[in-house]
Amino acid sequence: MEQTLTTTMTVNGSQVTRAIPARQHLVDFLREELGLTGSHIGCEHGVCGACTIRVNGEVVRGCLMLAVQANGCRVDTIEGLSDSKELERLQKAFHEKNALQCGFCTPGMLMAAQDLVRARKKATREEIRAHISGNYCRCTGYQAIVDAIDEVING
Amino acid sequence: MKAPSFAYAKPRTLAEAFELIERPGAKILAGGQSLIPTLNMRLSAPELLVDITGLAGLSNIEAKNGAVRIGALCTHAMVERSPEVREHLPLLAEAMPHIAHPAIRNRGTLGGSLALADPAAELPACAVALDAVLIIASRKGERRVRAVEFFKGLFETDLKQGEILVGAEFPKAEKSAFVELTRRHGDYAIVGLAAVTKQRERRISLFGFADRPVLIRPGSLEEAKGSLPKPAADLYHSSATKLHLAKVLLERAWNRL
Amino acid sequence: MGKAELPLHAPGTQVDKGYIGESTPRPNAQRLLQGRGAFTDDLRFPRLAHVAFFRSPYAHARIRKLSLEKARAQPGVVGVFDGRAVAEYCKPWVAVLAHLKGIKSPAQHAIAIERACWQGEACAAVVAESRTQAEDAVQHIEAEWEELPVVVDMEESLSGKRVIHPDLGDNICFKREHDTGGVEEIFAKADVVVEDTFHFGRHTGVCVEGRAILADYNAAEHSLTVYHATQAPHMMQDIFSRHLNIPEGNVRVIAKDVGGSFGIKVHVYADEMATAALSIMLRRPVKFVADRLESFLSDIHAREHRARVRLACTKAGEILAFDLDDLTAIGPYSVYPRTSGIEGNQVVNLTGGPYKHQKYRARMHVVFTNKNVTCQYRAVGHPIAVALTEGIVDLAAQKIGIDPADFRRKNLISDDAYPYTFPSGIKFEKLSHHKALDLLLRITNYAGLRAEQSRLRQQKIYRGIGLAAMIEVTNPSPAFYGVGGARISAQDGATLRLEPTGMVTVMCSVTEQGQGTEGIFAQIAASAVGVSIDKVRVITGDTGVTPYGGGTWASRGAGIGGEAVLLAGRALRANMLDVAAKMLSLDKAELDVRDNHVINRLTGEAKLPLAELGRVAYFRPDTLPIDFQSELTVTRHYTPRQYGFTFTNGIQASLVEVDPDTGFVKLLKHWCVEDSGTVINPMLVDEQIRGGVVQGIGAALYEECLYGPDGQLLNGNMADYLVPMAGEMPDIVCAHIETPTLQSQLGAKGVGEAGTAGAPAAVMNAINDALAPLGARVTRMPFTPERILQALKKV
Repeated sequence: MEQTLTTTMTVNGSQVTRAIPARQHLVDFLREELGLTGSHIGCEHGVCGACTIRVNGEVVRGCLMLAVQANGCRVDTIEGLSDSKELERLQKAFHEKNALQCGFCTPGMLMAAQDLVRARKKATREEIRAHISGNYCRCTGYQAIVDAIDEVING
Repeated sequence: MKAPSFAYAKPRTLAEAFELIERPGAKILAGGQSLIPTLNMRLSAPELLVDITGLAGLSNIEAKNGAVRIGALCTHAMVERSPEVREHLPLLAEAMPHIAHPAIRNRGTLGGSLALADPAAELPACAVALDAVLIIASRKGERRVRAVEFFKGLFETDLKQGEILVGAEFPKAEKSAFVELTRRHGDYAIVGLAAVTKQRERRISLFGFADRPVLIRPGSLEEAKGSLPKPAADLYHSSATKLHLAKVLLERAWNRL
Repeated sequence: MGKAELPLHAPGTQVDKGYIGESTPRPNAQRLLQGRGAFTDDLRFPRLAHVAFFRSPYAHARIRKLSLEKARAQPGVVGVFDGRAVAEYCKPWVAVLAHLKGIKSPAQHAIAIERACWQGEACAAVVAESRTQAEDAVQHIEAEWEELPVVVDMEESLSGKRVIHPDLGDNICFKREHDTGGVEEIFAKADVVVEDTFHFGRHTGVCVEGRAILADYNAAEHSLTVYHATQAPHMMQDIFSRHLNIPEGNVRVIAKDVGGSFGIKVHVYADEMATAALSIMLRRPVKFVADRLESFLSDIHAREHRARVRLACTKAGEILAFDLDDLTAIGPYSVYPRTSGIEGNQVVNLTGGPYKHQKYRARMHVVFTNKNVTCQYRAVGHPIAVALTEGIVDLAAQKIGIDPADFRRKNLISDDAYPYTFPSGIKFEKLSHHKALDLLLRITNYAGLRAEQSRLRQQKIYRGIGLAAMIEVTNPSPAFYGVGGARISAQDGATLRLEPTGMVTVMCSVTEQGQGTEGIFAQIAASAVGVSIDKVRVITGDTGVTPYGGGTWASRGAGIGGEAVLLAGRALRANMLDVAAKMLSLDKAELDVRDNHVINRLTGEAKLPLAELGRVAYFRPDTLPIDFQSELTVTRHYTPRQYGFTFTNGIQASLVEVDPDTGFVKLLKHWCVEDSGTVINPMLVDEQIRGGVVQGIGAALYEECLYGPDGQLLNGNMADYLVPMAGEMPDIVCAHIETPTLQSQLGAKGVGEAGTAGAPAAVMNAINDALAPLGARVTRMPFTPERILQALKKV
């Protein structure tokens, strides 16, 4: 018999309580139960970074965390950080520099980028590349992404 | 790629945890950064996951008596940011950024990495080089095991049924060097080494090399190169290549020791 | 003649290009940046069922028995089906084309029936209420297998000792020989002959979004709506119709946002056909999304080649002839409907392509193996042809002692030699190899790089500079597929409609995969009609809405679809002026459209806002003359026909540093000069080239599908199959020559594959340049540290 656990978390500022199957990972929960389809599933083994989200203010791989582990946590997704305008500068720079093509990696990439933006006053291109090196993009040559993050951090 | 069905429990105390992990098919879940991929791929099918991340007192880092004690539930990111680690354990400070990527380091734990005993991972090798002592708890109390005796083989440790790794004590060293070769930033190393000098003795621990960290205590660089066992091949690198690369790393690290 | 009726590339004429040539950000990127796109897996449907496949664990095995009963009894299971059950609804296919003479392949079913021919081939389907339940139930399928001999190595396959499909007689899917004559004699007499054998790893596309299809059968209408992550909706509409036996008019294919394609999503996949069949069988919507592990096992692979190439030249460095022998393996089936013969065919067509030698001989075999199927993936054949050409050209230059740039300058086809027919038979309209070379040498500061290189060598720092000149197939005519009998459209259409508000809606058959199709169509439409770009909305990817057309592949979207948009835009503007002339009682010739207004052509004075024109045309046509009917929806089509392909040219350079102790290659910088004709949006073009370069770097340094001797894929996950990530990639400098094609008014050639075509060769040549003073050379991609250390004889 599938075990479900009553789990409460704050997703993009709203508290949700659901009975969640123990085995469901956090991105599946966000996508399938809450309809927050902005976080994407690219590999489900923690390599591609498309599902990068924020839990209690820190970026994590949404596919490498069980949804029930988020009990009592604050979860922020691309939808929430777009509405709160937290990502506005990065989104503008990504748009103006064409730092995305198909856009499938983009929500995760923005999450990773914002992590650096919040942490650093300055960053070299090498440091930017290193910071997003766990987020796979097959379309761009990464250069426009680095340019966009560079502009937001270094002005 | 959906995980098979399992039950989940999150104990609040060690006593509860000990009871849970003795249940049939139980497996400990800490940061989950290695375990959850194997679940998603259905390479692992536990009946019960015991999530120990709610246990109190296992997330501290404190320096005393010439060593730094790090709680098992400290994430890689906590270790990376720790002033105590930076001051007293430059080897660990140098190693941490090489572990995967920030989003993984925010969840992955020190205890999880040591208990998994991946032969290509950074932390087990650091623990062996520093002669760390691993602290293991069970109903019977605590026991302490030196790192070199803790790692028994491929994903195999001295941990026994009913035991939980609760922390590790890393003694300070005078000098240290950490180098690894990865094809891409954050990948598991083709081969790497964690090395320290303690009381004039060089302790060099190689990873990505054998079924567990390989410790050598050479007097000279030539002796170091001559004392390496035959490494295990991986998907992309033969044993000969790994041996060659290990020698190159020894040369590069030697002058720092 | 009105100014905008001239081709945009009309010589000596001032043509208002509007947004064409501007780096305008793509409007459709906004939703993607907020996670508010609509990828196929994001769609939610009532009664949606999910399919998971039971895939063969063996590379070659007879299915003795499949027991499905236990699986059927699992929670949430809707149905479990084997190949025979699905075959009743889905006809098998044979992927051959008439113009690839002699190509053969067995019939392929949606679900394997008697035999699995590669590890990962679907052998049963489980449909359940959730994907999780479907996967749970798959584990309860029990199969009895009889393992069959496995053919993994392509040389062994060619030898024919074990034949995978006995009915076909041998393992040769396709072979081609080409000979201008006189090659043997030239090689016998030439001053200099160089020869080498190159190996190319099998690799795959790894789109971040896995293949995805949601098929929704409506039993009442006997209609099928398929939401599909595809590059070619109309091609799939035809295929669903014919193989599932539904009238084509009842099939609608909708491609919403697609998460990267690169050729991966332009083929017919057995599991996707099965998904559509299952929707019919179960009379409800069924979804399949390939997870990452099954993507590695079932997305097409590409590229596995072994090629021996010889080059003959004079002492002075004049190339006289190329001689090629290529062998490639494609898995157990030619892939439908494009076939798996095209990649090898392209290698024959393109090898030696930038150069002016007159003699050429090629032999090429395509063989079956028990690995996953291969087919057309970004730059089809080009990376191989360019690497063979440029690798052997560098070897010749080295042997003669001429700088590689000088050697190329001696031999590249002159810029004034066009139109030109290459000895493989292909025709070039107009290329610019020498201009491109000159520009590359300037932007790289080539002389400076060489000086720095020799200075650093004194310090035992080994840098290499690699060049790769290239030609690329773009804007294919019907000669590519249509003449071979495939129902793959070489033409595309665009419909433009002026809305009552003065907005313009564009509907085009070319799809958006992220490359910016919708953005450049908005630029072209706005420019052609005379409106600001914020007034344009673009709709693509829906067979129920757009004109008929080929879609996105072979670097054709901008050149073919863009021309259709331009023609339709100009026609719409003319029709708008007809309305305006009536409304204003002025001569049409005095009027034009600019900035959302009808204006006086001479004075620029605004005469009429388009919103007013729209209001009158749609709501008060009673005020217009009785014999006048406005036509504010216009459709135009375009097919390139004068040339088989609109070739482009370019040249790349790579700067690397090789660590001879570790065999590691550090990419320091990369340059690409490209002549893709009219550049519509430089920002989009540049990053698309860069993305292509990075995929080419993947081939050169990282990516290879590794198989064991038993045909098992050894690295089918993203931890073990190495794709290029940001940390290792260099900055990439792009520059352009613009030689518009005169076949179209727009003048655009394709650009999507250029980066991928040339980068592997440039990186290879750079590595070999770095290794040259150490007496080492590598020719087996990817160039792993181990392969470089082996070449250095360190291991």
